[in-house]
Amino acid sequence: MRPRWFTPWLYLLAPLALLVTFTYLPVLDMIGYSFTDWDGLSPTSDVVGLHNYTDLFTRPELFQVFTVSLFYLAGSAVQIAAALYFATVLSFRTRLRTLFKGILFFPYLINGVAVGFVFLYFFQPGGTLDTVLHQVGVGPRLWLGDPDLVNPSLAAVSVWRFMGLNMVLFIGAIQSIPPDLHEASALDGANRWQQFRHIIAPAIRPIIALSAILAISGSLSVFEIPFIMTGGANNSETFVIQTVKLAFTFDKTGLASAAAVVLLLIVLAVTWVQRRLFPDERVELT
Amino acid sequence: MRAVKYVCLVAASAVVLVPLVAIVLTSLRTSREMADQSPLAAPADWFNLHNYVVAFTDGHMLRALGNTAFILFFSVLGTVVIGSMTAYAVDRFRFRFRRVVLAGFLVAALVPGVTTQVATYQIVNGLGAVDTRWAPILLYLGTDIVSITIFLQFVRSIPVALDEAARLDGAGSFTIYRRIILPLLRPAIATVVIIKGVAVYNDFYVPFLYLPDDSLGTISTSLFRFKGPYGAHWEVISAGAALVIIPSLLVFLALQRFIYSGLSAGATK
Repeated sequence: MRPRWFTPWLYLLAPLALLVTFTYLPVLDMIGYSFTDWDGLSPTSDVVGLHNYTDLFTRPELFQVFTVSLFYLAGSAVQIAAALYFATVLSFRTRLRTLFKGILFFPYLINGVAVGFVFLYFFQPGGTLDTVLHQVGVGPRLWLGDPDLVNPSLAAVSVWRFMGLNMVLFIGAIQSIPPDLHEASALDGANRWQQFRHIIAPAIRPIIALSAILAISGSLSVFEIPFIMTGGANNSETFVIQTVKLAFTFDKTGLASAAAVVLLLIVLAVTWVQRRLFPDERVELT
Repeated sequence: MRAVKYVCLVAASAVVLVPLVAIVLTSLRTSREMADQSPLAAPADWFNLHNYVVAFTDGHMLRALGNTAFILFFSVLGTVVIGSMTAYAVDRFRFRFRRVVLAGFLVAALVPGVTTQVATYQIVNGLGAVDTRWAPILLYLGTDIVSITIFLQFVRSIPVALDEAARLDGAGSFTIYRRIILPLLRPAIATVVIIKGVAVYNDFYVPFLYLPDDSLGTISTSLFRFKGPYGAHWEVISAGAALVIIPSLLVFLALQRFIYSGLSAGATK
């Protein structure tokens, strides 16, 4: 019984319908909306050309969300460095290894709203952090109320939440290195740093590159934690919070779409650059 | 050198645990204790579950659990069916436009879901699905490229000779999919169930946008809305947060090894 030509399409019917309806159609629609002044509700809308785009790039209050991303980007760098350190340490003999690994990883599994509340309480004036810092003589600060402190505080929550995930991924990669490589280098008298530098780092380069790329697109699309904790107040508004507000609170679907197109283009550009820099680490699909 | 290592590990563990411990301690306090104690002081009664009862009933946690379970079940089941069928069709058949289909899924992986929500909302609205539990299910199914890639990798590792032997015995393509491919995909299914399960249970963005009706609150949105009426009552809000974290902790303790290996399998794509 040879399969007929349409057999594979029977299996692909549902997946392709979903793919087109929820990925490709929205992208096309969004590009269309971005050239109009549509409010998302009324049956009519006018084509306004590039007006929404010029708005985005010339009104500083709309553009300022990009500077917020920089804090999260810096947080990602800290996160990847810490994850590399702990992954290396926990890949070798260490007392209570499983326990440490479990503790550091667990935040990743916690519900985002719960994480938001945990840290809202943690950063409260006179809250947990102030209490702990009081022991070492640091006075209370307005961690979420001070426009200079709010973004570092929120970025730190991101690091707290996602460092363990990066660490577990790095541990997985390190464990796929043949163990005799470590033994051979230890016999040659290499210390831990030299082992990391010459064996571990090159072997897990693809996953580090992948983490870096996810960190960049992640930093641009932060939403949950700042939305739950501050609602975007005090300079903490991110790109996605702004887009959601424009579209669903202020009914500026056209402007929100233009913002989303810009975000999409940045993410695609970053991915493209990464593919050019690491061509051999392409995701294999075929 | 070794001392530095343990100092770092203990310090990092403290950073992870202190905020969580503060929440647990607070959730066990009475509202009177809240006024005059530091966040890290021990509660007078370690078994004071009053706040948990309030959070559970006033936060409508039972309803939220039900809604989340419903969405979780259909999303995970659908993801497994759709991902495995796509992988089977694309790997085991040679047909026109096969490469186009593959590229279609690959390129979609580059489009982050959050960017297209403005337009996606209009489509879901047009389908009449906003404020039904099918909206998040459809979205979780429609945008999951990761699981398709995981399945594709596993299907590729199953020898084609198995299919051919079955075909000689007269098995049709669906019999091969159901009797040979699916059972052999079990490790991949476990991986996808874990990754998808964690993502759906914890997601806030999609239920927040698509299920504005109170009665359709999921774990995430119910907890979020619960904060409003209890704004300053941190002992009750802490109990709510702890309630939501407990299932994750239990699942983690039970499935630790599978979660680690599942995530590694998912990340290398």
